[in-house]
Amino acid sequence: MSAETTIETAGAPRGAADAATGYNFAYLDEQTKRMIRRAILKGIAIPGYQVPFASREMPMPYGWGTGGVQVTASVIGPDDVLKVIDQGSDDTTNAVSIRKFFARTAGVATTTHTAEATMIQTRHRIPEAPLREGQILVYQVPIPEPLRLLEPRETETRTLHALAEYGVMHVKLYEDIAQHGHIAKTYDYPVEVNGRYVMAPSPTPKFDNPKMEMSPALQLFGAGREQRIYAVPPYTRVRSLDFEDHPFTIQRFAEPCALCAATGVYLDEVVLDDRGGRMFVCSDSDHCEERRAAGHRGTMLAGAAGTENDHA
Amino acid sequence: MREGALLEARGLTKLYGPHVGCADVSFDLFPGEVLAIVGESGSGKSTLLSVLSTEMEPSDGAVSYRMRDGAVESLFDLDEARRRVLMRTDWGFIRQDAAQGLRMRVSAGGNVGERLMAVGQRHYGKIRASAEDWLARVEIDVARIDDKPTTFSGGMRQRLQIARNLVTHPRLVLMDEPTSGLDVSVQARLLDLIRGLVAELGLAVIIVTHDLAVARLLSHRIMVMRHGRVIETGLTDQVLDDPHEPYTQLLVSSVLAA
Repeated sequence: MSAETTIETAGAPRGAADAATGYNFAYLDEQTKRMIRRAILKGIAIPGYQVPFASREMPMPYGWGTGGVQVTASVIGPDDVLKVIDQGSDDTTNAVSIRKFFARTAGVATTTHTAEATMIQTRHRIPEAPLREGQILVYQVPIPEPLRLLEPRETETRTLHALAEYGVMHVKLYEDIAQHGHIAKTYDYPVEVNGRYVMAPSPTPKFDNPKMEMSPALQLFGAGREQRIYAVPPYTRVRSLDFEDHPFTIQRFAEPCALCAATGVYLDEVVLDDRGGRMFVCSDSDHCEERRAAGHRGTMLAGAAGTENDHA
Repeated sequence: MREGALLEARGLTKLYGPHVGCADVSFDLFPGEVLAIVGESGSGKSTLLSVLSTEMEPSDGAVSYRMRDGAVESLFDLDEARRRVLMRTDWGFIRQDAAQGLRMRVSAGGNVGERLMAVGQRHYGKIRASAEDWLARVEIDVARIDDKPTTFSGGMRQRLQIARNLVTHPRLVLMDEPTSGLDVSVQARLLDLIRGLVAELGLAVIIVTHDLAVARLLSHRIMVMRHGRVIETGLTDQVLDDPHEPYTQLLVSSVLAA
């Protein structure tokens, strides 16, 4: 990293007039950012490899995205536009808090629109709108080690990664098929990155796995408690593990989104009453809103054009 | 290394601090040959097996092995990656305690299939067919393929361990007291099974046992150990029928006649 770039992010940034005083730009001190950037660069150089880093205490509990926040803080610049989603939604507590955190400590512009964002921090989803070159997607990761539940010893999992011994991963998938007739894993579905490392994609639904393959955006993964960073550089092969006669498949939904009539997107089930009433609605709230703005109407909005604000 | 030998051990010594695990053990093993290592508890049998299986580094000595391509490699000079590949393809290890040699929370089919998946098989149907085939060969009811080994009897667990190890057609199998803890009739069936498979597949076997009857039934050659040293070695029948060393004579004479 050149001296110029360090200074640029270190100094009082442009457009940070209303940022909180008393903090360094984006909360973390420059030495910490430098350490995390080194880990990120190493992670990018070895796609899918888990790089240890000295995770810092953050002003939030473990499990709320301390790893993602540290990665975001280390790569965000004053000109970035930040979007934060939690399970696809821009307006849950976690997403709102982290967005406000960076608005105050870095003074960056924030958005809920995927297309406008240059950086997206995410918990458990990849946006439906295709990402483009130049965008950075930062994942919050609880358990970075895909082999953890099969092999409890860290020394052993490191050896297995080093020697690319991933037979045990397939034993897990074999057991699924033997017991359930199909691979029952639906989230945090293990992937092989660039033909080498097996990686946990964080607890995204397996529906999102194909979006990681050859993505034009840079994908960074931060696990704060477990102190690991890993990365998938743009245009990298990401293959979901499977068997030749039981190929990887994604979830399919019988009905379209009840609000925007979208098909081929990941839907959340919302229970409406205690008499079995339920609706299926886009998990990606921004995608859903944009479609409704463009005039798409689902079954629960049909003929109710004037009441859109009730649902927004 | 002698012409045609599969494995050659020279001067193997393992010290635990000042305490001797095994000392100056040398032998050759040929393809299809069954070598029994006998001796009482604490005589260094299991230490020797741990060193041979590369689980422990010897304090001194070397083990050479003839790979499938004919090249002779020194086991402790191989890098870890190649050593592990060798262990899970060309070698098998049947442990005394089946819980150590099996994945107890994985079904029988998964246990047998693990080695196949580790060497890159990715076809569920074929893996399952191999697992069924091997369960049948070790006389486990194929209907139990999806049951976990925790629900298996001791004898079944040992047979499952054998299937799990033989599925990649290894050339050398190490066995550590495979029949201990089983009742006599189950032992007899297991020994019968091992003897059949060894003959059928032409396996080379190193079997550690304190049971001379097991050694007589299975092995061609025998090595008697005491205090970590080999005190007598020779053809099994020769050693057991005409023991030269006083300690071997004691061992042979302390077997109860049925």
